[in-house]
Amino acid sequence: MSEVPAPDEDTDLVPQELPRPGRFGDFGGRYVPEALVPALEQLDEARQKAAVDPEFTDELARLHATYTGRPSILTEVPRFAAHCGGARVVLKREDLNHTGSHKINNVLAQALITKRMGKTRVIAETGAGQHGVATATAAALMGLDCTVYMGKVDTERQALNVARMKILGAEVVAVEHGSATLKDAINEALRDWVTNVGTTHYVIGTVTGPHPFPEMVRDFHAVIGEEARAQVLELTGRLPDAVVACVGGGSNAMGIFHRFVEDEGVRLVGVEAGGEGIESGRHAARFASASPGVLHGAMSYLMQDTDGQTVESHSISAGLDYPSVGPEHSYLRDIGRAEYRYATDDQVMEAFSLLCRTEGIIPALESAHALAGAVELGRELGPEALLLVNLSGRGDKDMHTAAAYFGLVDEDAR
Amino acid sequence: MSATGAGVEDVLLRCRAEGRVALIGYLPVGYPSVEGSVAAMRVLVEAGCDIVEVGLAYSDPVIDGPVNQDAMAAALEAGVRVDDAFDAVAAVREAGATPVVMSYWNLVLHRGVERFAADLAAAGGAGLITPDLVPDEADDWVAASDRHGLDRIFLVAPSSTPERLARVTAACRGFVYAASTMGVTGARSSVDGDARGLVERVRAVSDIPVCIGLGVSTREQAAEIAGYADGVIVGSALVRTLGGDGELDERLESLRTLTTALAQGVREGHR
Repeated sequence: MSEVPAPDEDTDLVPQELPRPGRFGDFGGRYVPEALVPALEQLDEARQKAAVDPEFTDELARLHATYTGRPSILTEVPRFAAHCGGARVVLKREDLNHTGSHKINNVLAQALITKRMGKTRVIAETGAGQHGVATATAAALMGLDCTVYMGKVDTERQALNVARMKILGAEVVAVEHGSATLKDAINEALRDWVTNVGTTHYVIGTVTGPHPFPEMVRDFHAVIGEEARAQVLELTGRLPDAVVACVGGGSNAMGIFHRFVEDEGVRLVGVEAGGEGIESGRHAARFASASPGVLHGAMSYLMQDTDGQTVESHSISAGLDYPSVGPEHSYLRDIGRAEYRYATDDQVMEAFSLLCRTEGIIPALESAHALAGAVELGRELGPEALLLVNLSGRGDKDMHTAAAYFGLVDEDAR
Repeated sequence: MSATGAGVEDVLLRCRAEGRVALIGYLPVGYPSVEGSVAAMRVLVEAGCDIVEVGLAYSDPVIDGPVNQDAMAAALEAGVRVDDAFDAVAAVREAGATPVVMSYWNLVLHRGVERFAADLAAAGGAGLITPDLVPDEADDWVAASDRHGLDRIFLVAPSSTPERLARVTAACRGFVYAASTMGVTGARSSVDGDARGLVERVRAVSDIPVCIGLGVSTREQAAEIAGYADGVIVGSALVRTLGGDGELDERLESLRTLTTALAQGVREGHR
């Protein structure tokens, strides 16, 4: 069995001091109803204590080694790379984690913290269902009650994941308000949390939300970049030219970026959902069109109209269908440390199909955005380049969408 | 006292002098239409509301329950704009009550905090209630409200610690909005459980008037709260009445009946 070192006090699990608590430059903060402030303060204290408590760090490391399946492997994909201008491409295989995505890294840690805070119930929002399934899994493992909020539109396009969550013992609430997608699921989860905050922890699934969530969720995913950096060095003897990840809220991207932020020669490239194209207005490419605003507790880039009302986003992948983005991404973008591009639904489906057929790996549609970005970036950089791509999830949940897109469903045979 | 009429504190003092507490009514602008909502706010004033909370419809109202969510969604669907709120504020002022705006923060932020404050003051508004802005994030708003003589109404909740109560009340001007229970807006059969204790805890750290909101819908509840708070805030019960069946005129009459009963309630409280 692979060795997973227990994080010690030098690792990134220890929260870093920010100039202003919870702020990344002007982004982040804590824009919430007062009723939630005590719970956020309690959470911040609990996670800071946990980060330096071996009882917590050892238990999390044990779970990752014996339950999650960490460290996740690195896979070089030469047949796929042939379509990326000949650049060398390696995938960080978060799709091989238990429950099929990176989401489990954060959820196991937050579930442990839930128990440390003496709470007995967790709630979560989910878009594609990956985070909901991961939360339902952790709740089953640790004996916590679990309710997952999911937009009604998403329960329909991700029906299989709804069944998975229910089989794991979670209650799934289909949210019909607003656009009935991820943002509305978060609204409903926040309403639940305001009401039940005494017994309930809200396991936010990405690097958004009020402080300390963006920092905490990043730290729980930083293991991705920690492992990947060492693995790439071992495999190739050098650092990659670029690290590529899809960005919805941006948790898998922050997880793999974080360890590379200090490596100035490494480009950090986030790929947003271009949907049907920027000019169509039906997309989730926040950095291509949006301006700073507040949604769900944090200041960040936000798709909004001239009054500040949230504009509905669109993506073929439910997990990226969100009108805002984690505040640290906004910060890294504004200071020029990370760069963001987008891939349209059609480019994504092409990259999805390409990886399936050249490498026998079926990626999540979310992760296929990163692959589309790698195809583009590889062609720009040429054969000398080395790209590290975060394959954040597997595509089993997307078979219905993919089959419909490629016309593979024989309606008569049903 | 603001430049254009009675401020929130003037109203609360006047009510106290009359041996009663204030009635504060909430309605969102644009529901069922901009004109309809302004007509409804006039009814609130005529029937005895001392302060009208002019609500701004928002796409993501995280501390509102289903009644207010649906009303906001309908208002946005019908095309309501933030600009319409300032017309409603002016109408409330003209009708003789004190208008305050209630808005989720991004609408204020996007307009520009300074510009929003200037527009609110120019329309005759007395202040702003900010359900998702805590004083810790409010430096710009504190400065702008000082420049324009506007009241700042932050919220406290049953979960608030003594430290938070002290911090929030210190930042408030006019009154502090005390959420009666943990949860979202919407009528409840009982509001007394946490509310009385919360008011006592606020009084232990501050002299600022305390108004109770969330869940109040009946004359009896209003009378009960009048026994220990400085004001009674009614929201979704009014919204639900305005959104009932029948022609708008009939619904406005139902609204008048409910508001009149609530206004009697705030006069029945015994300290």
